[in-house]
Amino acid sequence: MRGKVPATIGKYVLIYGVLFITIFPLLWMLLASFEPHQAIINQANHGLLEFEPTIGNYVSVIREYDFLTYTKNSLIVAVLATAFSLAIGLPCAYAIARFRMRRSGVVVLLVRMIPGISFLLPWFSIFAKLGLRNTFTALILSHMLIALPFIVWIMIPNFEAIPKDLEEAAWIDGCTRGEGFLRIALRLSTPGIITASLLSVIFSWNNFMFSFTLAGRDTTTLPVAIFNFVSYAYIDWGGLMAASVLITLPIMILSLCLQKYIISGLTAGAVKG
Amino acid sequence: MKQWIDKHLRAIFVTPSILFILLMIVVPLVYNFAMSFTDWQMSAIKAPKLTGLANYTEVLKDARFLHSVGRTIVFSGIAIVLETVLGVALAVLINREFRGRRLVQALMLLPVVATPVAMGMVWNLMLEPSIGIGNVIVKALGMRPRAFLSTTSFESMFWLIMIDVWEWTPMVMLMVYGGLMTIPQDPYESARIDGAGRWKVFTRITLPLASPTILIAMLMRLIDVVKTYDIIYATTGGGPSFATETINIYGYLNMFSYYRFGKAAAISVLFFIVVMAIGCGFLRVKSRVEVEY
Repeated sequence: MRGKVPATIGKYVLIYGVLFITIFPLLWMLLASFEPHQAIINQANHGLLEFEPTIGNYVSVIREYDFLTYTKNSLIVAVLATAFSLAIGLPCAYAIARFRMRRSGVVVLLVRMIPGISFLLPWFSIFAKLGLRNTFTALILSHMLIALPFIVWIMIPNFEAIPKDLEEAAWIDGCTRGEGFLRIALRLSTPGIITASLLSVIFSWNNFMFSFTLAGRDTTTLPVAIFNFVSYAYIDWGGLMAASVLITLPIMILSLCLQKYIISGLTAGAVKG
Repeated sequence: MKQWIDKHLRAIFVTPSILFILLMIVVPLVYNFAMSFTDWQMSAIKAPKLTGLANYTEVLKDARFLHSVGRTIVFSGIAIVLETVLGVALAVLINREFRGRRLVQALMLLPVVATPVAMGMVWNLMLEPSIGIGNVIVKALGMRPRAFLSTTSFESMFWLIMIDVWEWTPMVMLMVYGGLMTIPQDPYESARIDGAGRWKVFTRITLPLASPTILIAMLMRLIDVVKTYDIIYATTGGGPSFATETINIYGYLNMFSYYRFGKAAAISVLFFIVVMAIGCGFLRVKSRVEVEY
C-alpha cells in the first residue's frame, strides 16, 4: 500500500485544480461585478482582493441601461419559442417514433447542422417585406429554428422507449389514438419533455446571431444588449460584468439544480441513439 | 370526427412541423441560393440582376476569403484535438471515486451553458493587456506582458482557441464519461488479475472500448466548431486587421457591414455545402458505429 496516500492527494489536487481553472472566469466575473471602476482599471497596482465591494454596478445596470426590459424581451422570446416548438414538435416526434419514419429522423438531425448564417439574409429580407422587423414574431420564429429540431430529436428515442402495449390497452378501453398520445405517451415522457424544454429555453436565452440580426429597438434581447454595451468609447467594465452575471446567473442556477436533465440533453446522440 | 383524426393521425401530427421546415428553412435556403447568382441589393427600387457565377468567382479569388478558410481550418483542427485529448483525460479522471463528484461535474458544466456573449466579455476583461488579470499573472511569472487578443500575430488566434477549449472541453468530457459508464467491468477485473499497469489498462481496454463515443463526440464538436461565431464576434470581431476572421465572421461582415448581399449569399452557400458534407460524413460514421457496437 506504499504510495497510496500521496496518490490520493495527487488525485484531489488534480481534480480540484482543473475545477478551479474551469470556473475561474466565472469567479472573476462575479468578483469584478462588485468592484468599483477605479479598482478594476488599476488591477495591476493593488492586491486582487483589496477593494471596497459595491453593488453600484448592479444598480446602474438596472436603472440606467433598462436591463429589466431586455430581460423581459429575452423571457418572452425564450418561453414562447419553446412553447410553440413543443406544441408542434411533440406530436411530430411521436409520429416519427410510432410510425418508424427513420428518414424523417435523419432529416431532423441534418436540419440541426445547417449553419445559421445561411438564413440571415433571406430572413432579413422576407421579414422586412412582411413588415415583421422589430417584432417578437420574427425573433420567436427564428429561435424556433433551433428549438424545434432539438425537441424532436430528443423526444424520438423517448417515445420509442414507451411500450406500445400501454397505448394499445387504452385503445381497447375506448381511448382514441389522439387521447392515447395525450394521456399516456406525453405523461410517461415527462423527464424527456423537461430536458427538451430546459435546453431549448437556454439555447434561446443565449442566442446571439439571430437576435442580433433580427431584433429591433423594442425587441432587444439580453445578449444583444450586452454586446451593445461595449460599443461606447468608454467601457464600463463593472457594469458589463454585473450585466454578465445577471444574464448567466439564472442559467447557472437552473443547471446546478437540474443537472441530470441538462447533461442528458447535452450529451444526447453521443451515448445512445 | 374522432375516427377521422385517428385515421389521419400521422399526417396531422407531422404537418405543422413540415410546414415550419418548409417556410422557415427550405424557402429561405432556396431564396439565398437563387440570390447568390445576382447582384442583390435588397433595395425596393432596383430589382436584383442575374450575374451568373460572378459572385462565386469573386469569392474564390478573394484573398481575404481564402485566408478566412485557412483560419477556420486551423481554429477547428487545433480546438478539436485539444478538446478531445483533454476531454478524454478529464472523463477518466472524474470516472474515479472521489468526494464531491456530483458537485464537480455540475460546476464543470457551467462554461458550456453560460451565455457565450457574456463569457466573451469576461475574457475581454481578463485578457485586456493593461488592466486584465492575464498580464498580472504573466508579470508575476517574471515574463514580459503580452498583447493576447489585440495583436495581428497568431497569438490572438491562439487565445481564441483557448477560449473555445475552455468552453467546450467539459462537453466532450461529459459525453466520453457517459460512454465510459457503459463499459462492462469484466475486462478490468481480468486485467487487474493479470497485474496490468494503469497506462496499459487505459490504452488496451478503456480507449478501444470508448472509441466509438470519442469519435462521435469529436464529430459533433467538428460540426459546431467550424460555425463558431458568438465568442469570436464578442471578443475580437475578426480583428485586429482580420487576424481572427473565420468564414462565418467574414460572411457576416459582408452581409451587415459591407452590404455585399450577393457575395455574402455565395459565401454562405459555399459554407453550407462544407458543413453539410461534414454532417453527412458524421451520419455515416454514426450509423456504422451503432451497428458495430
